[in-house]
Amino acid sequence: MATRLQFENNVEVGVFSKLTNAYCLVAIGDSENFYSAFQSELAGVIPIVKTDIGGIRSIGSLCAGNKNGLLVPHTTTDQELQHLRNSLPDQVVVQRIDERLSALGNCIACNDHVALAHPDLEKETEEIIADVLGVEVFRQTIAEKILVGSYCALSNRGGIVHPHTSVEDLNELSTLLQVPLVAGTVNRSDVVGAGIAVNDWTAFCGSDTTATELSVIDSIFKLRQAQPSSIVDEMRKSLIDTYV
Amino acid sequence: MSAMDQDTGMFKVQQTIGSVLCCKCGVPMPPNAANMCVNCLRSEVDITEGLQKSIQIFYCPECGCYLQPPKTWIKAQWESKELLTFCIKRLKNLNKVKLKNAEFVWTEPHSKRIKVKLTVQAEVLNGAVLEQSYPVEYTVRDNLCESCSRFQANPDQWVASVQLRQHVSHRRTFFYLEQLILRHDAASRAIRIQQVDQGIDFFFGNKSHANSFIEFLRKVVPIEYRQDQQLVSHDVKSSLYNYKYTYSVKICPICREDLICLPSKVASGLGNLGPLVVCTKVSDNITILDPRTLRCAFLDARQYFRSGFRSALTSRQLVKYFVFDVEAPVGEATVGGQKYALSYVQIARESDIGKMFYVQTHLGHILKSGDQALGYDIYSANVNDDEMEKYRLSVKNGLPEAILIKKCYDEQRERKKGKPRAFTTKKLPMEMDESRGARVDPEKMENEYEEFLRDLEENPELRFNISLYKNKDYQESETASMTDGEGAPTVPIEELLAELELSEEEEEGNDEEDMDE
Repeated sequence: MATRLQFENNVEVGVFSKLTNAYCLVAIGDSENFYSAFQSELAGVIPIVKTDIGGIRSIGSLCAGNKNGLLVPHTTTDQELQHLRNSLPDQVVVQRIDERLSALGNCIACNDHVALAHPDLEKETEEIIADVLGVEVFRQTIAEKILVGSYCALSNRGGIVHPHTSVEDLNELSTLLQVPLVAGTVNRSDVVGAGIAVNDWTAFCGSDTTATELSVIDSIFKLRQAQPSSIVDEMRKSLIDTYV
Repeated sequence: MSAMDQDTGMFKVQQTIGSVLCCKCGVPMPPNAANMCVNCLRSEVDITEGLQKSIQIFYCPECGCYLQPPKTWIKAQWESKELLTFCIKRLKNLNKVKLKNAEFVWTEPHSKRIKVKLTVQAEVLNGAVLEQSYPVEYTVRDNLCESCSRFQANPDQWVASVQLRQHVSHRRTFFYLEQLILRHDAASRAIRIQQVDQGIDFFFGNKSHANSFIEFLRKVVPIEYRQDQQLVSHDVKSSLYNYKYTYSVKICPICREDLICLPSKVASGLGNLGPLVVCTKVSDNITILDPRTLRCAFLDARQYFRSGFRSALTSRQLVKYFVFDVEAPVGEATVGGQKYALSYVQIARESDIGKMFYVQTHLGHILKSGDQALGYDIYSANVNDDEMEKYRLSVKNGLPEAILIKKCYDEQRERKKGKPRAFTTKKLPMEMDESRGARVDPEKMENEYEEFLRDLEENPELRFNISLYKNKDYQESETASMTDGEGAPTVPIEELLAELELSEEEEEGNDEEDMDE
């Protein structure tokens, strides 16, 4: 079930947080409301890490990651990098990359199997993405928009794209990503990736989201029947495996 | 761009717009900038906020005009285009939105309400353009406009008057002027027209109307005028003065067919034109003809009024002559379109046939022996004119005994007596001035008018600027044309206009055939 919240009166939740199946990053806010909203849903299931990147709080736009790894831009300080490496689980590889387009969250939309990349990303970066995140990378645009990370919200079960995407584009993307896609709005706006933070069993969106939009989100990401325990149990199994 | 693609053979994927759910109501709709369906958008945003929905306008029931403050009154019909433009102009703030369409919604005229439905377009949210229509109600209040209220207070109120005078003993000029004015519609804006002794008064509501009337007069007769004004009221605070203007217009007393003895200065100024001259035509110039030399001169209004001479003998004093013998013309001339021939004739007065005169005349081209002619009897006339006396004393051989002016058609007219004319004329709506003890004799007026009509028949150039209408009662008589070889001159039927008559059953067109001139 999707939750509605705000970060310091701003409805763009996806900009101030990064949610994956293995961990969650949140920005440091003056009040604890944002953090406690995440905690109430995810406490004990996955680690929730409070951080900045390069002193900037809009971490969702700056970094990109999935359960296998996390990519941070070159503006990240060493301290922050170390903090991330300490706080996140060991199998999550944290990599700092040197890329001209440093807002990686805006440029890359990914789930655990496949990623969409900004068409102008460097070849090297694409290789690193494939390597660190363990995904297949496709350079694509969504409804003629090149910032794929902002205009697409993706999880392993489904995705939402910019509402002006044509039917043919939608079919093409769906084939590439192997997940059902829908063109819709979040927070009544076109920028869907920035407005929602989603993983396989839960989603957080801005408080401007209408009930209709919430129902669309629930149906496409299949959140109604999702339980965290089944997925994390699988993860725990692999964890225990490595210990042993 | 698709044409270019077809040229290069590039394959362009067809893009179908999908449908998204409206974020408020969930109904599927094509995506738009506001991400809401039209109804939800309309419920969210009202673009007509802050626009005027009801307003008061003033209407003058007398003249059917609407007030545009501060002072202009605009004439408009009920539910017309002008009224729509006026109504929209009265709305304030309408420049914030774009006006797409405006139309009237029917209201009962007695309700004193006008309803206009406006469709406006404005931009809302993030670039979505919304169109909305809303009604505006106008309350109509009755309020007499200034000119109507002034008219109601005193219907005879005039602001400018033109007093037209000619100091001669006949009214021929005024009959002719009346026809000219009717033809050119010059007095259409006159509030009142009054006929007085020796003239006509015209009353106008506006000084500029009076001015344009005087300009018209100046083009058709030689006039001299002066303007005077009288203060009616005075607003001290705004220094506005209301005046009544009076124009005193004098028409020159020289008429057609007058005999004039020119003062020596004028005669020498015109190249020693023989002081005895006949006036042949009066329009904005006076044309005078010397009957002995067949020389012609033109005097315009300014030249005339500088010397201001009067005629010695006028058409009242014309005497009938019998023409016995006409000799061959010794000279011919064409002056101002008219042909004249100088020849010697033997004539005698009708009253005294025994006394024969042998005189020179300029009418040699139309006179034949046995004709009758009208002329001035200088031999026995007692002329009260200084110039004439001076000339009589100065000249050696004495004055000519008679000067013939025109041919007389009385005999031929006798045969047609009692039969109606082929044409009729219209009249100006004039009031008779009873109050000042006018000596107007109705029979005299009839005779004068009859003479004027005869004049029109005889002179085609007089008819040039006048409209004559077909007489409905006149029937062509078959016998008249066969018996006499030369009938009295009449107006040819091609020059007559048929009156425009609009009746329920039939409609006669206005068939104005080409005029001769």
